[in-house]
Amino acid sequence: MVRFFSWLVGAGFVGALLFALVSSISGLITEPPQPTVTEEFHKEPKPLSLASDGPFGKYDNQQLQRGFQVYKEVCAACHSIDLVHFRDLEGIGYNKAEVKAIADQWVIEQPTINPDTGEASTRKNLPSDPFPRPFANDVAARAANNNALPPDLSLIVKAREGGAAYIHSILTGYEKPDPEIAKKYPDFEVLEGLHYNPYFPSLAIAMAQQINSDGQVQYVDGTKPTIDQMSTDVTAFLVWTAEPKLEARHAAGMAAVIFLLIFCFLTWGAYKNVWRNVEH
Amino acid sequence: MSFPWANQYQPKNPVMRWVDERLPLPRLVYNAVGAGYPVPRNLNYFWNFGVLAGVALTIQIVTGIVLAMHYAANADIAFLSVEHIMRDVNAGWLLRYAHATGASMFFIVVYIHIFRGLYYGSYKAPREMVWLLGVVIFLLMMATAFMGYVLPWGQMSFWGAQVITGFFSAIPVVGESVRVWLLGGFAPGDASLNRFFSLHYLLPFVIAGVIILHIWALHIPGSSNPTGVDVKGEQDTVPFHPYYTAKDGVGVGVFLLVFAVILFFAPNYLGHSDNYIPANPLSTPAHIVPEWYFWPFYAILRAFTFNFLWIPAKLWGVLAMFASILLLFFLPWIDSSPVRSGKYRPTFRIFFGILILDILVLGWCGGSPATPGYVITGQIAAIYYFAHFLIILPIISRTERPRPLPNSITEAVLAKKGGSPADSTLAAE
Repeated sequence: MVRFFSWLVGAGFVGALLFALVSSISGLITEPPQPTVTEEFHKEPKPLSLASDGPFGKYDNQQLQRGFQVYKEVCAACHSIDLVHFRDLEGIGYNKAEVKAIADQWVIEQPTINPDTGEASTRKNLPSDPFPRPFANDVAARAANNNALPPDLSLIVKAREGGAAYIHSILTGYEKPDPEIAKKYPDFEVLEGLHYNPYFPSLAIAMAQQINSDGQVQYVDGTKPTIDQMSTDVTAFLVWTAEPKLEARHAAGMAAVIFLLIFCFLTWGAYKNVWRNVEH
Repeated sequence: MSFPWANQYQPKNPVMRWVDERLPLPRLVYNAVGAGYPVPRNLNYFWNFGVLAGVALTIQIVTGIVLAMHYAANADIAFLSVEHIMRDVNAGWLLRYAHATGASMFFIVVYIHIFRGLYYGSYKAPREMVWLLGVVIFLLMMATAFMGYVLPWGQMSFWGAQVITGFFSAIPVVGESVRVWLLGGFAPGDASLNRFFSLHYLLPFVIAGVIILHIWALHIPGSSNPTGVDVKGEQDTVPFHPYYTAKDGVGVGVFLLVFAVILFFAPNYLGHSDNYIPANPLSTPAHIVPEWYFWPFYAILRAFTFNFLWIPAKLWGVLAMFASILLLFFLPWIDSSPVRSGKYRPTFRIFFGILILDILVLGWCGGSPATPGYVITGQIAAIYYFAHFLIILPIISRTERPRPLPNSITEAVLAKKGGSPADSTLAAE
């Protein structure tokens, strides 16, 4: 009885699938999928190597501080990092006094309420504050950016496929549209207010090239501020904003792996000892 | 029940004797996972995975309880509370990554446990109840994992909830009402998040309860073994403790090592980057994919693209997806071959090998975008999945000529080792 029903149910599903298969294949033959401009001209991120890569990776604080400077002078005008607090900067090598000064001098002030009148107001930032957002709300952000919303960058490295390499490639990947595109896809155009970037999934990104000239940022440590250097540094900084506990994680991981290797060795010995007289 | 030669519990110290006389809990533990449970001596490392699943569940419950102390099930701040755990809670990153990686580890271990049962015929008489309870645990795990994935309230959380609750809208007439009732709204929102959190906290304890029944049912006939031959006498078994506690110790060590490598060095490898974007009902991700452990089922769902027999393709897909798991409940009766172990079933072995490949292909298709190539591959793989369990297995279980079985476990062991007098020392242990 079970077997009869089993065949019946099996025949039902297999039948439905065979019809679906035939229709998929005939669909493929009658309307073969056309290659699309994004499939053909989208580029995979360029490889990027950072000090934080790999199981032994550690942050290069010098680089993170340079990256923070690029964020502050270039990105912060539009992009928030509101999951990060000023106090977190101690994690990239600033001391308490420096953090206090950075918070105090931050151009955008912290929203607050006037204690006397109850009206919306702002005050200077404190180390315990999160980085304030550059726009009062998303509507204001869109209004100032041709209706595109600049995403928060706190988690951007973890929130994009390709991670740090993708971010670095976007920053440095602006170019003139490939002339091949006009030949093959005459309908393709980069719309008003968008910018061609083959590393972006749709090939046209709302953000213009912001890191666009060597020496745009003056580094205090003497590193030469080329476009690629500044882009790499700010990417490294964003790796840190997304994963501030990476060094603790790697260190704990090493200890855990060493402990577990010893554990495995001991349990293996115990197993061999217990079973020494039993064929199995 | 146990074998007549099982060791009897003898409390060594007076406190344990006092406890045992009033509440025989020490005796229960001794008989369940101690020296009082005789186990076939020839179990291979695939028999570690039941214990490993127990370890994985324990890790999930412990990390989950602590995470719940810091998490806020509110659609406005759920995402932020998870980031608060990652950044500001002491060792919060460790708890959350352990819980997220732990879910994947739990599924890896349980899938190996299930396939071990499929290959060695552990679902056959007299262990049908063990198998049925196991399938119940698997279903509960899937529900728990799905609801847990919604809690961080990222883009995949939200859209995953949208897609999965959307299955219910395929039910004719009442489907849409059922979906709204389950979600507590027309789209996933605060009400959905709160009920998912409540159930996500409850279900692991239900799983723990069913695991107790699973082990109880296992202890009636005792553990199966790679030959599938019944235990004939004392020489075929060893006490669970210390023999299998020692062997499981090795398994636990290797399991934790693999777990640690993923957790500490690639914690986001098994996740999806879109879930680090806060849930946004107005923006649909380019590709909505579930977690890897649901990919084969997702591929089955998507394979049905034709309104066969006037039943809508979507309903076929949903029915097939549920059927692909529910058919496991009938497996003990679908496969009527009296031989348990695949080792002695030459035809079954071939089809079992194809099934493993087939499910890997299904998983690969389920995790890829729904382009025609993947859909067609998925359709072929889904045909084999249903054909294997519902058509091929009933036939080969009748027509196949099994290889000769060994007379006993001991004979099989000694044949493998070329004979050894060490056997006689066993009784003295």
